[in-house]
Amino acid sequence: MTTGKPQRTPLYDAHVRAKARIVDFHGWEMPIQYSGIVEEHTAVRTRAGLFDLSHMGRVHVRGKDRRAFLQKILTVDVDKVAPGRCRYTFFLTEKGTVIDDLIFTAGADEDLLVVNASNREKDLAWMRDHLQGQVEIIDRTFEVALLAVQGPQSLETIRKALGADPGSLKYYTYGTFGPSPRLGEGSGLASGEFGYSRTGYTGEDGFEIYVPASRATAVWDRLLGTGVPPVGLGARDTLRTEAGMPLYGNDIDDTTTPLEAGLGFAVELDKPPFLGQEALRAQRDPPRRLAGFVLETKRSPRHGYDVYHASQKVGTVTSGTYSPTLEKSIALAYVPRELRKPGEPFEIDVRGRREPATVVKLPFYRRATQNS
Amino acid sequence: MRPDDYKYSETHEWIKYNPKTKEAVIGITDYAVKQLSDLVHLDLPKVGDNLEQGAPFGEIESVKTVADLVAPLSGKVLEINKEISGDLDTLKEEPFEDGWLIKMKPSDSSELESLMTKKEYEEFLESAEEEHQEKKKEETEEVDEDDFV
Repeated sequence: MTTGKPQRTPLYDAHVRAKARIVDFHGWEMPIQYSGIVEEHTAVRTRAGLFDLSHMGRVHVRGKDRRAFLQKILTVDVDKVAPGRCRYTFFLTEKGTVIDDLIFTAGADEDLLVVNASNREKDLAWMRDHLQGQVEIIDRTFEVALLAVQGPQSLETIRKALGADPGSLKYYTYGTFGPSPRLGEGSGLASGEFGYSRTGYTGEDGFEIYVPASRATAVWDRLLGTGVPPVGLGARDTLRTEAGMPLYGNDIDDTTTPLEAGLGFAVELDKPPFLGQEALRAQRDPPRRLAGFVLETKRSPRHGYDVYHASQKVGTVTSGTYSPTLEKSIALAYVPRELRKPGEPFEIDVRGRREPATVVKLPFYRRATQNS
Repeated sequence: MRPDDYKYSETHEWIKYNPKTKEAVIGITDYAVKQLSDLVHLDLPKVGDNLEQGAPFGEIESVKTVADLVAPLSGKVLEINKEISGDLDTLKEEPFEDGWLIKMKPSDSSELESLMTKKEYEEFLESAEEEHQEKKKEETEEVDEDDFV
């Protein structure tokens, strides 16, 4: 039940101080941009950028039966995930369609699920409906701030600002690291360790940082002090689209399955029973598939625009944007699987004009070296 | 920065009218450019096109949004700024000079009276900003009352 009052993260005042343009994002007052979307996007691709992600849902699961419960509701084999490892996964309906996409991190006594801000309440209600055994679901969204530093210089930035070194973390792993004693006194960071995961939504190397809400501003200010620019939701969207990463509500929702979206790597079909498994087993080769398109124009296709092949409408755009890296517009859309061939010519109706669009292999952008 | 002798529209176009040649140069104001930020594309009409006051005559697109260019006067397009589409940064730096968009011949000079002076435009911007802040304040206050019920 919500009062309808917009929520603010612990960093709201910091955003105002940084002259952010603030918008309502699914009930949260969030920064859409600070200096400008293209500038912020470019900073992340070439140096580093700082994000406030505290609106995202952080759901912790405890209890002796928590793994049996999670095994039933997640698409990855939770028993095979070592402590400190993160996995991208889904909550699915009985039809195998997506309720949410999320990241599961295995802990010693407590597991962590990071879910979309837009779905947090829906997810919590759904989890409670499917509860079984001795399991505790704790929403820590408001207790813990979530920041991210993303970009090739993100590790350097964190070392400089926080005196912590999460460099030993492999991609998609989590660990806690404390600030160096040298930085301790007077920095506001003297005690305690913060959680870091080497995960992100930009296609660059980067870290997501878990900080108690009361310390969020101190950490944010120290990071800003290195000169790293703050980055808003506008650039977050252009970055993730270039990286070919889906957005719930646009590219995936309760009418699409992970297999249609090309996300089968996050579904272990042969693991012990889970919600949606039977439906997905029956859908081994889906007739429609999510495809990536590059357009020659800078005019952007948006969600819902019609996609044509040989003058016939075959789908609609799920995500579209101008790509600062390619300096062209890009789009994602579900099309018949046989048409999803790199180089295949299509047309997308952009506000009354049919713009040529060509299928490309995803992602649109891939960084130079991948840390594994 | 905003020229004193230009006229302005509520949709943030500026108009430089020359009563001797009876021609008008049209562009968009610094306010419009700032609101849009991150310009990526501009669609202008063709020479010879007929414009109607209040109707869209082109499109300007930023990374996040698309806005119509709205004709502040009716008349015929005489010339378009061919360089500007390839150099949208000019709009950021020189929206009132090098950033001109079209030159036209107004068909009804009485329409000029419906446009604002620079002073009127700046008052218009101030009151639009105030209205926006008032609205935000109202929304928050309403909700606070409900919390006490």
